[in-house]
Amino acid sequence: MITFMNNSDSEEEPCNERTSLMSAESPPVPSYQDGLQASEAGEVQTHRKRRAGSSRGPNNIAGGEMSGSGVPVRESAPENEEEELTLKYGAKHVIMLFVPVTLCMIVVVATIKSVRFYTEKNGQLIYTPFSEDTPSVGQRLLNSVLNTIIMISVIIVMTVFLVLLYKYRCYKFIHGWLILSSLMLLFLFTYIYLGEVLKTYNVAMDYPTLFLVIWNFGAVGMICIHWKGPLQLQQAYLIMISALMALVFIKYLPEWSAWVILGAISIYDLMAVLCPKGPLRMLVETAQERNEPIFPALIYSSAMMWTVGMAKPDTAARGPSQQTWDAAEDGREHHRSPSHADSRTSETRSPVPTRPVTSLEELEEEERGVKLGLGDFIFYSVLVGKAAATASGDWNTTLACFVAILIGLCLTLLLLAVFKKALPALPISITFGLIFYFSTDNLVRPFMDTLASHQLYI
Amino acid sequence: PAFGLFLFTIARDPLRIIILIAGAFFWLVSLLLSSLIWFIAVKASDPQDERLQKGLLIFGVMFSVLLQEAFRFLYYKLLRKAIEGLVALSEDGCSPISIQQMAYVAGVGFGLMSGAFSMINLLADALGPGTVGIHGDSQLYFLTSAFMTMVLIFLHTFWGILFFHGCEHRRWWEIAAVIVMHLTVSGSSFCNPLYVGSLVPSYILMAAAAAWAYLLSGGSVQNLRRFLLCKS
Repeated sequence: MITFMNNSDSEEEPCNERTSLMSAESPPVPSYQDGLQASEAGEVQTHRKRRAGSSRGPNNIAGGEMSGSGVPVRESAPENEEEELTLKYGAKHVIMLFVPVTLCMIVVVATIKSVRFYTEKNGQLIYTPFSEDTPSVGQRLLNSVLNTIIMISVIIVMTVFLVLLYKYRCYKFIHGWLILSSLMLLFLFTYIYLGEVLKTYNVAMDYPTLFLVIWNFGAVGMICIHWKGPLQLQQAYLIMISALMALVFIKYLPEWSAWVILGAISIYDLMAVLCPKGPLRMLVETAQERNEPIFPALIYSSAMMWTVGMAKPDTAARGPSQQTWDAAEDGREHHRSPSHADSRTSETRSPVPTRPVTSLEELEEEERGVKLGLGDFIFYSVLVGKAAATASGDWNTTLACFVAILIGLCLTLLLLAVFKKALPALPISITFGLIFYFSTDNLVRPFMDTLASHQLYI
Repeated sequence: PAFGLFLFTIARDPLRIIILIAGAFFWLVSLLLSSLIWFIAVKASDPQDERLQKGLLIFGVMFSVLLQEAFRFLYYKLLRKAIEGLVALSEDGCSPISIQQMAYVAGVGFGLMSGAFSMINLLADALGPGTVGIHGDSQLYFLTSAFMTMVLIFLHTFWGILFFHGCEHRRWWEIAAVIVMHLTVSGSSFCNPLYVGSLVPSYILMAAAAAWAYLLSGGSVQNLRRFLLCKS
């Protein structure tokens, strides 16, 4: 996850990358399940786009600090003050991230527990061709490792592809890709999801109503994510699509592969963001050099951004705008914005209303939020959802994983405050989550069951 | 009720929420370690011997209690360090949250987690079909479980306050009292299904702990009277 200061905001980049990745990657493969495979492929692509996006973090931070120093008003502000202020708002930002992650997880767990469709095994993704139905343990392990390798390599290829596209400024391609992928997410998956939920609760619905509902939902979603919309609505939509994507993963990834993939993804995340040659890091740096925001609709932003009115004419103060990040690329970006307002370059949204700069030192508190990539949401939800689906300890395990992930998120944000650069959000949380899942399932569950049967309390 | 406590007092302030979740995490880790010990003990012993199993269970419970208190102490240490950090960061030199508030929130965190773990499977099963106590067990299973859980959550909250206060002022007898109380409550749950043996002492202990914590937090009978009579 990359965290970066939101100084350069080229907000106006719609989720092109995601869609462009999608169009390039839709393999016409014969899948185990024809209808859904292509969409899943698209999903994975979008998902990967998210990943690539997260590398944008560090660039922005660097850019931010550079632009920060340029502001005349701010030059006097010492570095410590800035740190203090950021840390002071730290708790608030953490909560701003807790809430959506919690909501996403709740949605996923609720669906898993009630709709049986998502726990039935009806085939696998094309990206995990090896089945896990083999009789021997060794074979199963081998298959899951092979699945993981294939998946990770696909993700790496996609990410590198995305970075290259971004480097060579094929914005239109990226935009198209992202739009296409989010379109598919919003329409197709919602349709399937709604269908399954209605089936579970035995509610009859006719096609015209269904069409109307899905059309409205999808259209508003597209507008909110890619263009402008109320922040809450946009956040809600991002949560919804993360949940949908996570559900797809939970359904179509075989068990052992899922856990191995989660582990491998965290390692990949760590390397991709922190290594100097990592694709994500390059993405972020490129974005920062060009002073552009990373692909919108790939990142979840927790607050609105107000630009500050400064003496400089180019930093036009705008009304609150939203940072919509394409979830795909910026899967794991933390964004930490200093509360002091540096010269925020006006968000590159085309219809930007400029507020007349009234005074030289008109400073507004920027309610910059922290940004988290949507890929992170997805993988957290996959972990908790898998725990809910497959653990025999039911709710205890789910609860334990939930707390573990939240604590991991806390620690990651703390590190973010300390290091002030883009950080991968996945490793710590996923590690905690995995440890707690396996230990709770195997160790705590028998203990608690025995206690409960004797009605003892500890 | 515990959830109500959470909503009214903790949900406003983000810092408290973080402390709450961290408290729950510490409790979880202590539970993990104690169940690990129990698991090893069970595996290493004879699974057929009933009395041995029961004995091991009791041992597991006591050990878990001790571990919980140990983790509470660790958490206290962590929060002390955090307070120093917060004081350094804040603008006017005093921390945005006092140690007593932290004690309260930590206690609630512990309590919520332990309550959740005790109750949630029960609740999930309660949604399904079935009859309570069909095999000759008590029919009041769910009710007593609910009450016991509630008293345990409250007790954890009060113990948190008492424990932190004891650590602050270095009164070891307070800490020892908390540990003894915890052991007593857990031990009294061994009397189940003879519910009078477990619920009644627990409630009495809870009332005592509540009064003690209230006095420690600076309340007094006058305050109480004024509050009840609505600021007369």
